Amino acid sequence: MSVQTWTYIIVGITFAIYIGIAIWARASSTKDFYVAGGGVSPLVNGMATAADWMSAASFISMAGLISFMGYDGSVYLMGWTGGYVLLALLLAPYLRKFGKFTVPDFIGDRYYSNVARTVAIVCAILISFTYVAGQMRGVGVVFARFLEIPINTGIGLGMAVVFFYAVLGGMKGITYTQVAQYTILIFAYMVPAIFISLSMTGHVFPQIGFLGHEVGTDTFLLDKLDGLHEELGFSAYTNGSKSMIDVFAITMALMVGTAGLPHVIVRFFTVPKVSDARKSAGWALLFIAILYTTAPAIAVFARTNLIHTVSNKEYKSMPEWFSKWEGAGLITFDDKNGDGKIQYVGDQAVNELKIDRDIMVLANPEIAQLPNWVIALVAAGGLAAGLSTAAGLLLVISSAISHDLIKKQLNPNISEKGELIWARIGALMAVLVAGYFGIHPPGFVAATVALAFGLAAASFFPAIVLGIFDKRMNKEGAVAGMVAGIALMFGYMAVFKLGWFVSEKPPASAWWFGISPEGFGTVAMVVNLVISLIVSRLTPPPPEDVQEIVERIRVPKGAGRAIEH
Amino acid sequence: MSEPNLKTYWKKNIRLLLSLLVVWFIVSFGFGILFVEQLNTIHIGGAKLGFWFAQQGAIYVFLVLIVIYIVRMHKLDKEYGVDDD
Repeated sequence: MSVQTWTYIIVGITFAIYIGIAIWARASSTKDFYVAGGGVSPLVNGMATAADWMSAASFISMAGLISFMGYDGSVYLMGWTGGYVLLALLLAPYLRKFGKFTVPDFIGDRYYSNVARTVAIVCAILISFTYVAGQMRGVGVVFARFLEIPINTGIGLGMAVVFFYAVLGGMKGITYTQVAQYTILIFAYMVPAIFISLSMTGHVFPQIGFLGHEVGTDTFLLDKLDGLHEELGFSAYTNGSKSMIDVFAITMALMVGTAGLPHVIVRFFTVPKVSDARKSAGWALLFIAILYTTAPAIAVFARTNLIHTVSNKEYKSMPEWFSKWEGAGLITFDDKNGDGKIQYVGDQAVNELKIDRDIMVLANPEIAQLPNWVIALVAAGGLAAGLSTAAGLLLVISSAISHDLIKKQLNPNISEKGELIWARIGALMAVLVAGYFGIHPPGFVAATVALAFGLAAASFFPAIVLGIFDKRMNKEGAVAGMVAGIALMFGYMAVFKLGWFVSEKPPASAWWFGISPEGFGTVAMVVNLVISLIVSRLTPPPPEDVQEIVERIRVPKGAGRAIEH
Repeated sequence: MSEPNLKTYWKKNIRLLLSLLVVWFIVSFGFGILFVEQLNTIHIGGAKLGFWFAQQGAIYVFLVLIVIYIVRMHKLDKEYGVDDD
C-alpha cells in the first residue's frame, strides 16, 4: 500500500478514537470542564501533561533543530525538561493545595485584587494565543505534506476535531484524549528512532546508540560526525557557536517559562491530592524524557545520514524523497559550479544545498528507507502532538473568559449552567481565532514561541513563587513586578526580534549583555523579582486572611476539601 | 498541629528544596554550560562528558531529583502529621 493510503487509514483511526473519547467523557459541570472533576490519577495526568506539553514543534522541529545546531540545541533539551523540576518543587503541590481552577484564580485571590487578576488574564490569553497559532499551522503542514490536501483545508479539519472534544468535554475530554495522543505520538517517534539506531549503531535504544560506534567500524558516531563537519567546514557538532552567556540565558528562560505556562500549570489542578500533584510532575517528566532523550540521538543519526546521502554525490542519483521534498520547497539545490554534484559545505558562497530543519523528523523514515506504515505513523504522531497542545491552550483561553472574567468579575451571580455555556462559547471563539491565525499567520509568528516563554517567565513564575514562599509579598509588589517584567520583555522582543519602533532591526552585537530575545525572559524575570521585592517592602503587608491562605497552602493536609469552595 | 511544629516542617521543606535545586543547577548550568569545556576533556562512550550532560545526563538527573523529592516529602508529611491520605 502507498504511504498516502496508509496515512488515511492511520490518521482516520486516530481521529475516530479522539471523537469516541470526547463522546464518552462529556463534561457535565464547570468542575468537570475546568479540572476534569479533580479526580484524575497522577499517572494519567502525567501522561496527559506530557502530550499537552509536547507540541507540534517538539515532535516535528526539535530533532531537526538540534541536528543543525549541534551542542547549541541543548538549550531546548535542558530548557524544556528542567522546568519540570521547578514545577514539581516550587509550584505544583502548592497550587493544588490552593485548589481553584485557573492561574488567574490564584493570582487574583493571593493578591486580593482584580487588577492583578486582570493582568493575569491578559498574560494567560496572550501566551496561549501566541502558542496556539503555531500548533494549528503545524497540523496544517502535516496534512498538506502527507495527504496532499491544501494547508488551509488541513487546518479546518484540525479545528473541527479539536472543537469537538474541547468544547464537548472540556478538561475531562481533553485529558483522556491526551492520553491516547501521547500513546500515538511516542510510538510514532520511537519506532523510526529504534529502527535507525539499530541499522546505524546496532543498539536498540537510541540513547545508547548515541554513544555508540558506527556499525562495522570502530569510530564513535559522534567523532565521525565531528570529523565530517570539520571536513565540510561546519563548526564542530559537539561544540556549537552561541556565546556561553546566551546559552545560559536561553536555557534559564525556557526552564522558568515552562514552569510558568498556564496550560501546564492547570493540569496539576486535576489530581485529587497534593501528594498526587508531586507524583504527577514526576510521571510527566518521565514521559517527556523518553522523547527528549531520543531527540538528540535522532539528530545525530539524521545529520550523519544526510551528509552521507548528499555530500559530493551526483544530483541525478538522489533518492525519491529528495525530489519529493524539493517539490514541497523544503529542499533547494543550486548547482553553483555546474558540476552536477551537490556541494553541501559550511561556506555559504560555495554551499549549494538548503534544507529546511522541519523535514528531519518527517523525512527521517524515508531517508532510512523504512516501510510505508512507519511514515504514515509519523504523520499521525505529528497531528497528535499539535492537536493535544492546541486543546490544552484552548481550555486556558476559554476558562480565562468564562471563569476569571465573567464569573469572577462581570457577573458573579451567574449560574453553574450559565458559566458552563460561557466556557463552551469561549472554547468555540478560541478555536476560531486559533484557526484564523493558523491560516493567516501573523508576521510575528517567528517570535511567538520565544515570546510565549519569555512572557511566562517574566510574569507568572515570579508572581506565583513569591506568592507561595514570601508571605510578605503584597498586591502592590506583585502587580508592579508583573507589569515591569512584561513591558520589558515585550519591548525587547519588539525592538530586537521584530524591529518595531526603530528604523531597522539592531544587530546581534547590540543585544543587552549579549543576550538574544529568546533568552531575555531570564533578565525580565530577575527584574520582576527585584521590583516585586522592593515595592512590597515599601507598601503595607497583605491582610491577615491572605496570610492565612499562604499558611494553608504550605501544608498538604485537607486538600480534598479545598476544591469544594 | 502546633505552630512551632509547622515552622520546622516548613524549614525542613525549604532545606530539601534548596539542596535539590543546587543539584539541578550544577548538572544543567554547571556541567552542561559553564564548565562544559573542562568536562569535555573526559569521555563517556562516544560522547564528550560536558556535551553528554547538556543533551542527556541533565535530563536523567532531573528525573532522579523529582523522585527524591516525592519520597522525602512523603516521609516529612507523615512525620509531621500533615499528609493528605
